[in-house]
Amino acid sequence: MLEFKLPSIGSDMDEGKLLEWKIKPGDRVKKGQVVAIVDTSKAAVDVEIWFDGTVHELLIEPGATIPVGTVLATLLAPGEKAGAPARPAPPAGRRKISPAARKRAEALGIDVDTLAGSGPGGAVTLADVDAAAAQRSSSKPAATSDRQAEMRKAIAAAMSRSKREIPHYYLAEAIAMERAQAWLSEANAGRPITGRLLMAALQLKAVALALQKYPEMNGFFRDSAFQPVAAAHIGVAISMRQGGLIAPAIHDVGEKTLDEVMRDLADLVKRARAGSLKSSEMSDPTITVTNLGEQGVEAVYGVIYPPQVALVGFGRITPRPWVDAAGGLTVAPVLTASLAADHRVSDGHRGALFLAELRDWLQQPEKL
Amino acid sequence: MKISYREAMRQAMHEALAGDPRVFLMGEDVGKYGGTYAVSKGFIEEFGPERIRDTPLSELGFVGAGIGAALGGMRPIVEVMTVNFSLLALDQIVNTAAVLRHMSGGQFSVPLVVRMATGAGRQLAAQHSHSLENWYAHIPGIRVLAPATIGDARGMLAPALADPDPVIIFEHAQLYNLEGELADDWQCDIARAAVRREGSQVSVFAYGGCLPKAMQAAAELADAGIDAEVIDLRLLRPLDTETIAASVRKTHRAVVVDEGWKSGSLAAEVVARIVEDCFYDLDAPPVRVCSAEVPIPYARHMEEAALPQPAKIVAAVKELLNA
Amino acid sequence: MTQDELRKVVLATLLSIAPEVEADELRADKPLRNQVDLDSMDWLNFLLGLHEKLAVDIPEADYAKLVTLNDALAYLGARVR
Repeated sequence: MLEFKLPSIGSDMDEGKLLEWKIKPGDRVKKGQVVAIVDTSKAAVDVEIWFDGTVHELLIEPGATIPVGTVLATLLAPGEKAGAPARPAPPAGRRKISPAARKRAEALGIDVDTLAGSGPGGAVTLADVDAAAAQRSSSKPAATSDRQAEMRKAIAAAMSRSKREIPHYYLAEAIAMERAQAWLSEANAGRPITGRLLMAALQLKAVALALQKYPEMNGFFRDSAFQPVAAAHIGVAISMRQGGLIAPAIHDVGEKTLDEVMRDLADLVKRARAGSLKSSEMSDPTITVTNLGEQGVEAVYGVIYPPQVALVGFGRITPRPWVDAAGGLTVAPVLTASLAADHRVSDGHRGALFLAELRDWLQQPEKL
Repeated sequence: MKISYREAMRQAMHEALAGDPRVFLMGEDVGKYGGTYAVSKGFIEEFGPERIRDTPLSELGFVGAGIGAALGGMRPIVEVMTVNFSLLALDQIVNTAAVLRHMSGGQFSVPLVVRMATGAGRQLAAQHSHSLENWYAHIPGIRVLAPATIGDARGMLAPALADPDPVIIFEHAQLYNLEGELADDWQCDIARAAVRREGSQVSVFAYGGCLPKAMQAAAELADAGIDAEVIDLRLLRPLDTETIAASVRKTHRAVVVDEGWKSGSLAAEVVARIVEDCFYDLDAPPVRVCSAEVPIPYARHMEEAALPQPAKIVAAVKELLNA
Repeated sequence: MTQDELRKVVLATLLSIAPEVEADELRADKPLRNQVDLDSMDWLNFLLGLHEKLAVDIPEADYAKLVTLNDALAYLGARVR
C-alpha cells in the first residue's frame, strides 16, 4: 500500500487546503498526473502524484486544511491486490491518535483527522494538536479576500528566512545586447505572431547554459550542505496583478530549444495568473530569474528564494555609451545582469565567472 | 555526612536495637559473621547473642519463629539472605503473617519486619539474583518497601517497626556499596512514592536497584535536551497511585523500569494503573524496561545484557518521544 | 467593423490581460504602456488576442505604431476586414 502525502510546494508552505480531488477510488494513476487541487497561501496548485498506482482510498475530504506531510490517499502499487475489502467502520486501520491528543483536540474543537502525526508510528500527539491550534490562531482560513495578505505573509516568511540564513553576495555585469536584439528582430520578422520570441526566453536559456559550467549556482542548500542539481529548473519570477509574486519553474531549460522555452514561458505565465500551477513547478526551481527591466529599472539585486542558492536579475535594456572591441565609443543597447548568490556555496570569483559566461552566451544568440 | 547504604541500614538497626528492648535481629549469619552483606557487623558484641540471633538454614523455621515472637509482643527484624531463599518462607509470610489479623477478626497483629536482599548484578547466578518483589507486592496484609537511597535506607526501618502489621524491606544487593550524603531530613514515611527528579516530558518510574540507573538515564537524556521526571516507587505495596498519576498527568508519557521480568511484573501493575487512571492524559503508549525473560545468567556480559540498563532506558524514552 | 466595435474588441482584449484596468479612465492619446502595467509578455498576449479576434497580423517592426490606444485603433482599422 502506498501513501500519497501532501507535498511541500515551496519552502514557505506548511499547510494547504484541499479544494478538489481529480481521482476516485479504483482509478489508475501515472506518475506526474494531477490528482488534486490544493490551495496554498500563494495559489491554487495542481498537485501531481509521484508514483504509479491504483487509488485505494481518499482519506481527506475537500475543504479540509491539512499540514504538509498528511496522508491524503492510499494507493495500491502496480500489481498489489487490495487486502481487506473496504470496510464501513475503520477500527483496524484506525489512525494513531494519542488519548491526550484526542481529548485536547476535542476541547479545542480541532478535527484530529486533519492532523499529521509526528509521534512514534505517525501517531498524532499533543504537540501536533498544539501546533495546529497555534496555527489556527495565527492564520485564519484563507478566504479569497485575504489571499493577498496570505501571499504577503508567505513572501515575508521566505524572504526573512533568506536574509536571516543566507549570506548573500551581489555582482553585476553590463552586457551589450546589440547582437541579441538584432538576432531576435530578425528571427521574429520571419515568424507569425503566434511563434514570436521574447528576449526573456533568450535570457533564460543563456542562464541555463551558463549554469552547466557553474553548477554551484544551481541546486539547494539543505541540512547544512549544498545539493547540486544537474538540470536547470529555472524559477521565473512572475508578479501577480493583484500584488505579490510567484516563481514557478520551467523544467530542464538547458535541454530545450528557444521555441520550447518561449512556449513554456507563455504557458507558465498564463497558468500562474489563472491559478493553475502544478505542484512540481512550485517545488522544483533550482534557481530563480527575475526581470524587472520591463518596469524600467536598470538593475535588480534580488533576494534568494530558499533553499535555492542563487538568483539572476535582469534590468532594462537601455541605450548607453559603449566602448566597442576596437576601442571606439558608440551607443549600444546595454543590459545589466546581476547575480545574488549564497556565499556558503560559492565565492565571488566563481560568481563573476558565471556572469561572464552568461554575457558570452548572450553574445551568441544563434547558439542559444 | 557521606555514608554508604550499608552503613545507613546499620545505623537504622542500631538505633532500633538501642532504643527498644523489644527489637531483636534474627537470621542466617547475622551474628558471628556480621551479616552476609555486613550490615550487622559488631552487633553481636554490642547487643549479645540473645538479641542478635544466628539461625539454622531454615527460612521456614526462623521466619515462623519471628512471627511467633511478634505475636508474643516482640518487634523482630528477620533477615533473609536473598529473596530467592525467601520462597522457603512463603507459607509463613503469605499464609500466616499476612492473614492473621484477618483470620483473628482483628484480635492479633504481626508487627514483624523481614529484610531481604534482592536483585542481580553481582554474578551470583540464577539462584541468588532474582527480583521477586512483585510476588510479595501481590499479597494483601503486608507492606512492601524498597529503599533505594541512603536516606530511605536510614529512614524506613523505624516506621516499618512501628507498623503493627508485617513489613518486608527489599534491599537491592548492588546498593549496599552506594555512597552518598545522608541529608538531615532522612526521616521518612512509608506511605508515598518520591519524586527524585522533576521533569516535564516523560515520567520514568523505578524502584530499588533500578533507581540509580533511571537517574543516570535522566541525566543523559537531559544532555540530549529531554526533560525526564524520575519517580522512585519505593512503596511497592500499597502502590502510591496518586503520585504516579500526578506525574503522568504532567508529562503524558510513562516508562516503567523494573528488574523483574516483564510478564506479570510490578511494572505491569504500574502500567495498568496508569492506563486506568490516566488514559486520556497519555500522549503515547506506556513502555516497560524490564529484565530479559531468562533466569539471570552468571557470565558478566550476559548478566548485564539481561538487566535494565541506563542505555536501554534512554533508548526507550527516545523512542517514545520519537526523538 | 465600425470604429466603435473595434474599440470594444481592443478594450475587451486588454481587460482580459489586465483585469484591473478601468476602461473609462484610459487616455486614448497617451502611451498605453504608461497607463497599464504591461510587460512584454502581457503585450505579446495582448497582440495575440487581437490577432485571434481580428485576424490581423502585427509584425514586430510595427510595434512602434501601436503606442497609444488611438494608434492601435488606427492601425487595426486600416487592416481589419
